[in-house]
Amino acid sequence: MSTQTADTEGPVGRGASEGARLFREWYRSLDAVAQRGDGAAYVFVMGSLAELLRVFDLPTVFPEVNSLQTAVRRVAHEYLNEAEDYGYSPDICGYVKADVALQLRGGSHPMGQIPKPALAVLTNACNTYIKWAEIWERMYQTPVFTLDVPGSRASGRQTWPGDPDFERDREYVARQLKDLISLCEKVSGKPFDIDRLRETLGHTNAMNRGWKRVLEINRSVPAPFNAVTDATISLGVANGFRGTLEGATYFSQLVEEMEYKAARGIGTIQDEKHRLIFVGVPCYPIFRRFNEMFSEWGGAFVVSTYLWFASGGASLGYEYDLERPLESLAEGVLISVRHAMDCMFFQEQALLESIDDYHIDGVVYHAIKSCRTVSTGLADNRRALMAARDVASLFVESDMMDKRVVSEAQLKNRVDAFFEGLASRRQTAGV
Amino acid sequence: MGYGTGVDVGSTQTKAVIIDEKRQIVGRSLIDTGANVVTAAKNAYAKALSDSGLQEEQIDYIVGTGYGRYRVTFGDIQVTEISCHGRGAVHMFPDTRTVVDMGGQDTKAIRVSPTGEILDFCMNDKCAAGTGRFLGAVAAAFEIPLQDLGAMALAGERPVKIATTCTVFAETEVLSWLSRGKKLEDILLGVHRSSVSRSVGLMRRVGIEPEVTFTGGVARNVGMVTGLKDAVDLPVNVSEDSHYMGALGAALFAMDHILSSRLPAASEESA
Repeated sequence: MSTQTADTEGPVGRGASEGARLFREWYRSLDAVAQRGDGAAYVFVMGSLAELLRVFDLPTVFPEVNSLQTAVRRVAHEYLNEAEDYGYSPDICGYVKADVALQLRGGSHPMGQIPKPALAVLTNACNTYIKWAEIWERMYQTPVFTLDVPGSRASGRQTWPGDPDFERDREYVARQLKDLISLCEKVSGKPFDIDRLRETLGHTNAMNRGWKRVLEINRSVPAPFNAVTDATISLGVANGFRGTLEGATYFSQLVEEMEYKAARGIGTIQDEKHRLIFVGVPCYPIFRRFNEMFSEWGGAFVVSTYLWFASGGASLGYEYDLERPLESLAEGVLISVRHAMDCMFFQEQALLESIDDYHIDGVVYHAIKSCRTVSTGLADNRRALMAARDVASLFVESDMMDKRVVSEAQLKNRVDAFFEGLASRRQTAGV
Repeated sequence: MGYGTGVDVGSTQTKAVIIDEKRQIVGRSLIDTGANVVTAAKNAYAKALSDSGLQEEQIDYIVGTGYGRYRVTFGDIQVTEISCHGRGAVHMFPDTRTVVDMGGQDTKAIRVSPTGEILDFCMNDKCAAGTGRFLGAVAAAFEIPLQDLGAMALAGERPVKIATTCTVFAETEVLSWLSRGKKLEDILLGVHRSSVSRSVGLMRRVGIEPEVTFTGGVARNVGMVTGLKDAVDLPVNVSEDSHYMGALGAALFAMDHILSSRLPAASEESA
């Protein structure tokens, strides 16, 4: 099953090529920072606060993206082995270990030189973030800022603006952001400029609007893009170019491309037979092959929870109020990071809605050995989903980094059996 | 009379089954897979043909299954052993709702519908602990014939606790128990309990519903069958042909194809 290429006119393929160009450009700019001997702000995909960091001209490094890129470029084992030789256990997060090896190598990465951390900004969305930043603190005495994002994570119990609990939480986040501003001023030597914040927030608004719309367009049959492969390129842009004009422009163009494809019935695969949801983090060591195991059967991933949480909850489409930038930033972080966490821990309600809205035939849960944050609870979520809805589901396990625990033959066996089950379901249902 | 064949190329052994239109087994074979998977499939098929007394031209459809299913070069289609074991088990024991299949390298728990449709399944991941290979390694370590292992385990009274989750380390562990003066039978009972416990864990993941049918080569081990019955507190179906269940399921899929291809097309019916 090959990717649809019949219609190459118009904007088709622009998102992929432009996304790849931006991605390379981002790494080139980081390389230049490193060559100058300057540092960067190390941030994470769930709550990067890039809009605020850009005000101080702090370049952003996403260690998670660096690490997954070593897997995509098939050199992750070199980095993992180096960290394990140094003393890290095979059971520790693969992203962390690849970054440790990156630091031990002085920032040497397949995409270019990575600057050292001048500042680390993280949230409590992933418990590993906190331990990870402690490594840089020990290595470089990097100042670390941990934003504590409060609020109920239980699906359906969240509070919203106007609710006294929410307002207290917002105030709590806003006070922390003021502390972060002081720290950024100290690290960068530049004063805070609220108008620049207004500008970066405006770009993020455009980006969030676009991202939300792009995801909605995949309700079309056939799906214009693959939510695991195609959309991961856009996800890179969503993180690396958050709060920038380039990022905002990219997403408005992506909306155009996807609307164009949807209007003309151009699907991500030529013969879409089964529409699937992907739950978890992609299997980066065999990124394309993993998807082929499904597309060979006519399976297309039309929804992915990864696009929700790894965009820091941008999929929700939250838009900042530019009249009150700081308060709104606090509100946006609170809502979006909470949404990202819900998408990992309590995703069954969102999945149930997606099953209807996106005409889903099956749900694929992909647990990964080296990430407890994402994988713990997947079994519970699957049980809850299956209790609520008679939908075919598959549970497979591999890793996002470590090829030693990715067994392609075993994966294929399970995927084949899943599609055999889907076929017999359809036969029984007389479809 | 049409004949359908299933060839199950497993990691350790290759099985072939030929059935007639009444879905009765008319020929079967079982050989070691060895290093050449393609040859193993061909040889198993040739032996099953010889066993049935049929000629190759009389076989209408062949389904390959097992890890080597794509190497059954003479097969018409491939079906996973998950679907095949489910299908075979429901054919043998129609009230089957949970299948546990223990082969040489993996263990599967499968929940099936009354028609043999796979509702859910779960398999051991990237580790042979608790599979036939694990029992084989223990038998080899103690130099006990594999077929005697289960009966010897049942003579145990005070099972040792096997702590490790690794087949290789478990081999070391069982030998260390022996050096600490534990009775061989008690060690073997501990080994069987450990294997059963892993299988039951997989079964719980898909949900254990009666009837339970035990398939695969390990179902011939009386210690495992007894252990499984005790652990799930339910009767456990075991067929004399448990070892052939994957190949039988594949042959049943082949027969489905043969019979459905004879049905008139809808347009012909309405003409």
